[in-house]
Amino acid sequence: MSGEDDQRESSENASGAERPASLEDAFDEPAFVPYLAAGDPDFESSLEYVEALARGGADVIELGLPFSEPIAEGPTIQQAVVRSLEGGMTPERFFEFVEALDVDVPLVCMTYYNLIYQFGEDGDPPVRPFVERAAEVGIEGFVVPDLPAEEADLLREACDEHGLDLVFIVAPTTTGERLDRIMSQVTGYVYVQARLGVTGARSDVSDQTTESLARLEAYDVPKAVGFGISSGEQAADVVAAGADGVIVGSALVDVVADGHEEGRPVEETADRLESLARELKEGALAGAQRRPRPEGT
Amino acid sequence: MSQSKFGDYGGQYVPEALMPAIEELTDAYERYVLENEDGFMDEFRERLRDFGGRPTPLQRADQLSERYDREVYLKREDLVHGGAHKLNNALGQVLLARYMGKERIIAETGAGQHGTATAMAAAHLDVPCEVYMGRRDINRQRPNVFRMRINGAEVNPVDIGRGTLKEAISETMRDWATTVETTHYVIGSVVGPAPFPAMVRDFQSVISEEARRQCEEKFGDLPGAVLACAGGGSNTMGAFANFLDDEEVDLYAVEAGGSSLEVDEEEGIAPHSASLSTGDEGVLHGARTKLLQDSHGQIMESHSVSSGLDYSGVGPELAYLVDEGRVTPVNVDDDAALEAFHRLSQDEGIIPALETAHAFGFLEKVAGPDADGGVELPGTVVVNVSGRGDKDLESVIEETDQRQLDNAPTMEVFDG
Repeated sequence: MSGEDDQRESSENASGAERPASLEDAFDEPAFVPYLAAGDPDFESSLEYVEALARGGADVIELGLPFSEPIAEGPTIQQAVVRSLEGGMTPERFFEFVEALDVDVPLVCMTYYNLIYQFGEDGDPPVRPFVERAAEVGIEGFVVPDLPAEEADLLREACDEHGLDLVFIVAPTTTGERLDRIMSQVTGYVYVQARLGVTGARSDVSDQTTESLARLEAYDVPKAVGFGISSGEQAADVVAAGADGVIVGSALVDVVADGHEEGRPVEETADRLESLARELKEGALAGAQRRPRPEGT
Repeated sequence: MSQSKFGDYGGQYVPEALMPAIEELTDAYERYVLENEDGFMDEFRERLRDFGGRPTPLQRADQLSERYDREVYLKREDLVHGGAHKLNNALGQVLLARYMGKERIIAETGAGQHGTATAMAAAHLDVPCEVYMGRRDINRQRPNVFRMRINGAEVNPVDIGRGTLKEAISETMRDWATTVETTHYVIGSVVGPAPFPAMVRDFQSVISEEARRQCEEKFGDLPGAVLACAGGGSNTMGAFANFLDDEEVDLYAVEAGGSSLEVDEEEGIAPHSASLSTGDEGVLHGARTKLLQDSHGQIMESHSVSSGLDYSGVGPELAYLVDEGRVTPVNVDDDAALEAFHRLSQDEGIIPALETAHAFGFLEKVAGPDADGGVELPGTVVVNVSGRGDKDLESVIEETDQRQLDNAPTMEVFDG
């Protein structure tokens, strides 16, 4: 999708870790894309947790920059947002967090539009200072759940200018002209919402996922399915159904929340995250084996 | 007039899952409301009249006219069925949901008036209804909670955050994102993603449509000024809509000044709800508008003695009209609103909602015996009495008890 990929340079962060410069490249094999809210429950523990996901096999990491009104999130992530904000997370602190991370996995910033819009000094043009700072610390792209394609021109332009990807969400209710409009704007990967509703781990994989993937087949961009995936088996099912990757948020945030509430040592929670990450990544790989082989091969 | 943007304000900033529903709603709004397809507007007006009790009177307030040495007229939306202007919009949207074939209604409420109006409209039109309400507001507004339940609605408490309108709206949007195919979300004010701000204004514009006609009948002219309280801004836009083109009519949106206009940035709390007067542009609950937010863009908790005004945002059209200079935003604090509550009750025999009392607090501030001289009101003023105050009595007892108000009745009797 993005011809600019070739021109990009890989970024090196403060910790010296090299990150691949393209989100699309991360989907060469079935990808595991975990989400955590940065700074949940505090800055230092959260660094450990995100790094544990990378060790567990993450191909892209979605890092949440918490907003006080997360209207697309279910209770699990909403509570993570509250913990992170209470721990002092701010947009600038988020960028410091990204700089301090020692991972060689591409990072996507997931946040709500008002934080992107407001960043910078008074008088700065909206959106640009945020994108510029994100590019500076090595962020590769954005997911903005409350920014539909119709309102995204400003952010799209700024992303193009800095070579960042803008990932859009496709919902089960997205069809027809809207689907075309979104897919003409999306770069990096498309976030396929597995079912209606808000984020949250669930026990089964929806038929809506299969239908959504079928609708998206014609579009040449990696398809990552999220909302409700919590086990390796589900990850395998989703990839077997045709997804190029799985996005997992609430199930991982649950591990963080549980560790926090039970007062577990950070290392123990990190180990649990790494182990769940490995299960999910292996599930994604196993799913690919179950895919029907394309005709003629 | 369909509108998704008001200058740079408005728009549709919502999760993708809701966008198809918003397109469907936009289509329904344009066909049924703007073009009266299938006689929708005829039925709406008939139900407003027969079920809602419209038209409401435009009443001359004799005592206030004398006190302020000018003609003060009251647009009596407190006499709409249910006790507030909220029914105009709730009835319109529930009826529209029925025309659209939706099976279920959800709504958010702050003071409970919108929830009550929606529950009544849903019962009247036989559609199941659930209402989200912040825990703190439930505690402040028990009579309305009970009224919703009596009308058959489920009331879902929201415990997140401070438990006020902001949290209730977020929670209702989450429900909608899950049930969007069968459910219509009846937003209670001129806020949210397009087409809600324009649609709610259109349903509420019956207020100024009647007021304009009644002014001409009563004194053969337009009023010099219209005053209305502003939280989200639905009664404000309803009262202003048909006067917008009459430049000679001054329009004052009276916000909740709370306990102070100062802000505790560290705590993320604004001790007021004056987003038109003090807010910055941003994006909340589906629209770009003026918001109470900290320097990072996090939404601040707001405060008002009146739960109906206790909201960190405001309608995008009002934000635009303020920038254009057509509407003047002003504010009065909690004390002034309570004083005005007692004054209107004693002088005119009308117990106003605490929201409404803010508009009268402003009248006292600029035209009363101790007027500050900041604003010169014209000779004829219409004040929109947005709702009646029965729902607020528990709050008023508690808040009055904590203050030295010259005009409050003695509170001893309430101690038993």
